[in-house]
Amino acid sequence: MSKTRSVTVEELVRGLGLTVFTPDADMSRTINTVDINRPGLALAGYLRYHAAERVQLLGRTELSFFRGMDPREQALRVFAFCSYEQTPCIIVSRGDMPPETLLKEAMARGLAVLGSNQVTTRAAAIISNFLEERLAPETLVHGVLVDVYGIGILITGSSGIGKSETALELVKRGHRLVADDAVVIRQVSDESLVGSPPPLLQYLLEIRGVGVLNAMTLFGAGAVRTHKKVAMVIHLEAWREDVAYDRLGIDEETIRILDLDLPSLTIPVRPGRNLAVIIEVAAMNHRLKRIGFNAAQAFSDQLAQAIEEQDD
Amino acid sequence: MVEKTVIVNLRSGLLARPAALFVQEANRFSSDIFVEKDGKSVNAKSIMGIMSLAIAHGQEVIIKADGSDAEQAVARLGEMITKEE
Repeated sequence: MSKTRSVTVEELVRGLGLTVFTPDADMSRTINTVDINRPGLALAGYLRYHAAERVQLLGRTELSFFRGMDPREQALRVFAFCSYEQTPCIIVSRGDMPPETLLKEAMARGLAVLGSNQVTTRAAAIISNFLEERLAPETLVHGVLVDVYGIGILITGSSGIGKSETALELVKRGHRLVADDAVVIRQVSDESLVGSPPPLLQYLLEIRGVGVLNAMTLFGAGAVRTHKKVAMVIHLEAWREDVAYDRLGIDEETIRILDLDLPSLTIPVRPGRNLAVIIEVAAMNHRLKRIGFNAAQAFSDQLAQAIEEQDD
Repeated sequence: MVEKTVIVNLRSGLLARPAALFVQEANRFSSDIFVEKDGKSVNAKSIMGIMSLAIAHGQEVIIKADGSDAEQAVARLGEMITKEE
């Protein structure tokens, strides 16, 4: 369900309120990487490994270096620098004006030259935050995301199994709801997934027979979160007699979401089982394991030792 | 997997009430059913999921179903949102 995404230069301009110095430039060029390049060396004429596909950010250093060159040399450098079709745009920071030679060459090539009022490092941070948000791989998962003792738990399972009811019980017990029914999951880095609700569904919860509820107005601001890192997945399924459920918890199962394997548990649902308590305990046990204490493993080791002692 | 692309003809789109009816109908089928709009796919049996898509009049959605009654499900649900009311 995930797809590779891109941001157009036009979206970048609108999103960050950048100045456009080249009104006729091709604003539909796409940005496909969050990395930003400060092309000091490229302007000095060294173009091997020049990361042309990135946004090119010119700060005070680059500009003063460039202005120090004689006009013939400037023309030569910008000719090479602007020749890459994969370059999405050039951004000049500190509210500075782009040099005339650069502007002329960029215009001839249809390459956008933009301006930011921020100092260069700040501009770089703002641009990469914006791009990270737009470019992170994203998927929509059917499930409920709750924060239980600080652990983000994604509860999945087929329709009507009781995910929302479990979330409601957890919220009543002082935990927090992030998203009900549809969870937008974004891969913000190699080792973390962050879940949030689709904008329309923020704070909402649907309970069969009662209807759509607003968890924030019902239970207060402490009962909700806008986003949360997903740490584990708990899959609810109808209890089946022919399936062997995990009795020990020594082996850790995982489930893949986007590019990350998350620890997962399958919990069979049967009338009379208090799912909220089971999920609370699963969350605490997960924390304990991360801290370095694995009850199942410790028990298994003790058992092995007891058997060994009898053998002597 | 049965798939069908339909244009929503409900005059005011899939508002809360029509969405609830749609989900109710979807729940009658045993197949797994999904509705996709702009590359986002949600479970058709989940009202919140359907509402999160904010499906408007004239938009194109894909109804997908997988299971024993997939054909009927896609036909019935497709019919529901393509009719004018």
